[in-house]
Amino acid sequence: MQEILDNYKSVLDKDVKIWFKAASVKDFPTDGGACVKYKDKQIAVFNFARINKWYACQNVCPHKMEMVLSRGMIGDDKGLPKVACPLHKKTFSLENGENLNGDLEAIATYPVKIEAENVYIGFQE
Amino acid sequence: MKTIIVVGNGMVGYKFCEKFVNQSQNKEFKIIVFGEEPRPAYDRVHLSEYFENKDAKALEMAPRSWYEENNIELITNVRVTDVSRNSKTVTTAKDAKYSYDYLVLATGSSAFVPPIKGIEKEGVFVYRTIEDLDATMNYVAKIKSEGIQKKAAILGGGLLGLEAAKALIDMGLETAVVEFAPRLMPRQLNNDASKSLQIKLEALGIEILLNKATQQLTGDNFITGMQFSEEETVPFDMLLVSAGIRPRDELAKTCNLEVGKRGGILVSNDMRTSDDAIFAIGECALLNSMIYGLVAPGYDMAEIAVSQILGDKEATMPTAIDMSTKLKLSGIDVASFGDALNENDGLEIVYENAFEGVYKSIIVNKEGTSLLGGIMVGDASDYSMLHQIFLNGMKIPENPAQLILPAIDGAATLGDVMDLPSDAQVCSCESVTKGQICGVIENGEAMDLADVVSCTKAGTGCGGCKPMVADLTTATLKSLGITVKDTVCDHFDFNRQDLYKIIEVKGYTTFNEVLDNHGNGGHGCELCKPLIASLMATIHADTANKEYAIQDSNDRFLANIQRNGTYSVVPRVPGGEITPDKLIALGQIAKKYDLYTKVTGGVRIDLFGATLNQLPLIWKELIAHGFESGHAYGKSLRTVKTCVGSTWCRYGMAESVSFGIELENRYRGIRAPHKIKGGVSGCIRECAEARGKDFGLIAVEGGWNLYLGGNGGANPRHAELFAEQIDNETVVKYLDRYLMFYMRTAKPLQRTAAWQERLEGGLDYLKEVIIDDKLGIAQDLETEMQTLVNKFECEWTQAVNDPEVMKRFNHFVNSDEEDDNIAFVSLRDQKMPQPWV
Repeated sequence: MQEILDNYKSVLDKDVKIWFKAASVKDFPTDGGACVKYKDKQIAVFNFARINKWYACQNVCPHKMEMVLSRGMIGDDKGLPKVACPLHKKTFSLENGENLNGDLEAIATYPVKIEAENVYIGFQE
Repeated sequence: MKTIIVVGNGMVGYKFCEKFVNQSQNKEFKIIVFGEEPRPAYDRVHLSEYFENKDAKALEMAPRSWYEENNIELITNVRVTDVSRNSKTVTTAKDAKYSYDYLVLATGSSAFVPPIKGIEKEGVFVYRTIEDLDATMNYVAKIKSEGIQKKAAILGGGLLGLEAAKALIDMGLETAVVEFAPRLMPRQLNNDASKSLQIKLEALGIEILLNKATQQLTGDNFITGMQFSEEETVPFDMLLVSAGIRPRDELAKTCNLEVGKRGGILVSNDMRTSDDAIFAIGECALLNSMIYGLVAPGYDMAEIAVSQILGDKEATMPTAIDMSTKLKLSGIDVASFGDALNENDGLEIVYENAFEGVYKSIIVNKEGTSLLGGIMVGDASDYSMLHQIFLNGMKIPENPAQLILPAIDGAATLGDVMDLPSDAQVCSCESVTKGQICGVIENGEAMDLADVVSCTKAGTGCGGCKPMVADLTTATLKSLGITVKDTVCDHFDFNRQDLYKIIEVKGYTTFNEVLDNHGNGGHGCELCKPLIASLMATIHADTANKEYAIQDSNDRFLANIQRNGTYSVVPRVPGGEITPDKLIALGQIAKKYDLYTKVTGGVRIDLFGATLNQLPLIWKELIAHGFESGHAYGKSLRTVKTCVGSTWCRYGMAESVSFGIELENRYRGIRAPHKIKGGVSGCIRECAEARGKDFGLIAVEGGWNLYLGGNGGANPRHAELFAEQIDNETVVKYLDRYLMFYMRTAKPLQRTAAWQERLEGGLDYLKEVIIDDKLGIAQDLETEMQTLVNKFECEWTQAVNDPEVMKRFNHFVNSDEEDDNIAFVSLRDQKMPQPWV
């Protein structure tokens, strides 16, 4: 199981080496998420339209290691953008991946940029 | 180590154990309890509930495990027959001997059966134990099976007798109460109050016969009637005796303890008998030449005995023992306190309103400065406050009549609960003072009413003080600046009912409109989003496809997410009726997609292990075979479970399947605060387990009995009988109103059972709203429900016909591949998700 998690390491804006063109903006729900496949990775991407921001994180929930976070509901916890896992409602910060209602390992987050109505996710490799 | 033997495991015997465990931390004592009945102590005050729900467990004071956990040896089904004071031992009927250091007699009382000629006949019962009730119910069933209307008599018009009368009426017997005295509840009520009560009881169909001295019972082997005089014999098919109690003092007599002339073990105010090592508490004890047949003084006696044994020689019973009572008799308030019958020359003030069926009287002293007692029939809402004024000797208004006159200008004439002195005893059953209640809130132990009850035990006895405990809790929280929070989440300062009104009145159709106009400036969360989605569905008859990003995950994908992120599929099979062709189709589809297949608890077939991508493919095929969504994923109607009914069953009284299908098809798809389940049984054998459902119907002679508010789950609860012998049309009418009222007013994720339980005014109030239309909303509720019924649309059919919606079911937004993380293992010729590590 650990090897699944090892496959996901947070990437900071400054460390991005590859901007992967994932899909068109209109392929994502408003104020919701969808899953992007990049090599052997599953990345959950959220269009947080209410604050006009996009977020990306690992699709696997570190609680039970299922690929489901992209199907979770987003919202905010005292202003902090978050996603709730659909399986057991574990919530994670979309800014830094921290588990907000427990002490699970933080999830990996990735930079997102929008160019010409396309969604790009930033990776190191 | 010292040994305490408690003889008797009734309410007071149990309370002794509980108080002992609470007070004594040391391990110097061992407690052995003997109970003559087969089960651990149960709540005899609420015994009549057993007639309705036959749930003995629900009445238990504490489960058997409680005794074990507290190191108490509980020996039930064993009678203690002998006490040897010299050797300090007791002997059981099985000839076993046990030594004691202290002996506590809590042997209680037995039903008093007057020595009337013929009283030994078959068909005569007493009203005291669960076994008595079982025997009574069996006999009722037996005589009812003869098919003609039967009539029961209750001997004794005291409060127990009146409760039993209501139970017998509910069982479908004609019922008469026979009382020797010229009035009902002669110990608590005066003649005028009794008349008020009598009128109300007669309106319920209970016949009242006063001033009747029974000469003999007629009949050969079994009772056929009661002879009151040479000229007057009234036919009856059974008799329930509830003519008072006799203290169980026979054990005390075997060892020559002093007993009263008319029974009862003589005790002094430290609850010791004539032997210092032996205590007597509860209804077997004769204190101040009185037997106290109420639970509150019994509990106080238990407390004194505990304190005495633990060495507090100062602990004694008060000289004046409060014998106040308040009860709800078939929805009729009856209360009396203090010197209710004015036996000490006080001055009486009476308020009587025959139009509303209310009678109130109070007794004040000659100076008009203190309240000595009172009676209330028909409306006892002021009882708690008046009782406190009486108990605490509080000041009364210059014109004491204000205490019982209805407030004309709406101004409260009674004081605020917070004005009570700190040592005012609010709960007399558990001896809890106002100070203790406020204390647990002030020191942070309790944050709400439920906490207060569990910390202090206030309100767990007769329950009469509950409204006052609730008021005190709210007032104390308020005084601490804590607002009682009832909002749905941090994003709204409103509860579900408020939001319902807001959306309805403003006509909002999107989540953002509600959030922008009424939210706290945030962006929503997993609590408020699905809630508002559900409200939109109820108010606008939307399906879950409307605004899918705010739907709970299951509603978003119209399927139930399972352990490994795959989904299960449940097509609707109304009433559980399915043709062989459809059954074959289900099997073939399950086989084609390799789905784990299981029959659910609600008579349907569940297909597990479908990936997100497979869901629309599976549903296209199901729909082609005539299936529609079963809404197993929604907070909505699941199934209406049916037994096969009169269509096939030789016992069936009605077509339960047909009606079940009609109901399931009527309410399919509606979104509610939580899931809703129904059940329809074709006869009283109840094979559909309808009483475990949110709504349940049981066919009886002349129609359906309707039960509401049951559920399984973590807190199983039987549905309550709501209406009897009603026809199909009336069932639908009541159900429309009930469900809509629930959908409008319940809290988020609150099942009907919890909602109903917390509904102020309880089942009686619900009947007033739904049957009598007290709020004048019945027509609206029906119209709203009819709109939902008319606008029903299968959301899976919607989904598979809309290419935009179909895109939702791809695991990846940029690939047609499936999730390669999903792994199955085999299980009994099928598959299951790989176990979690």
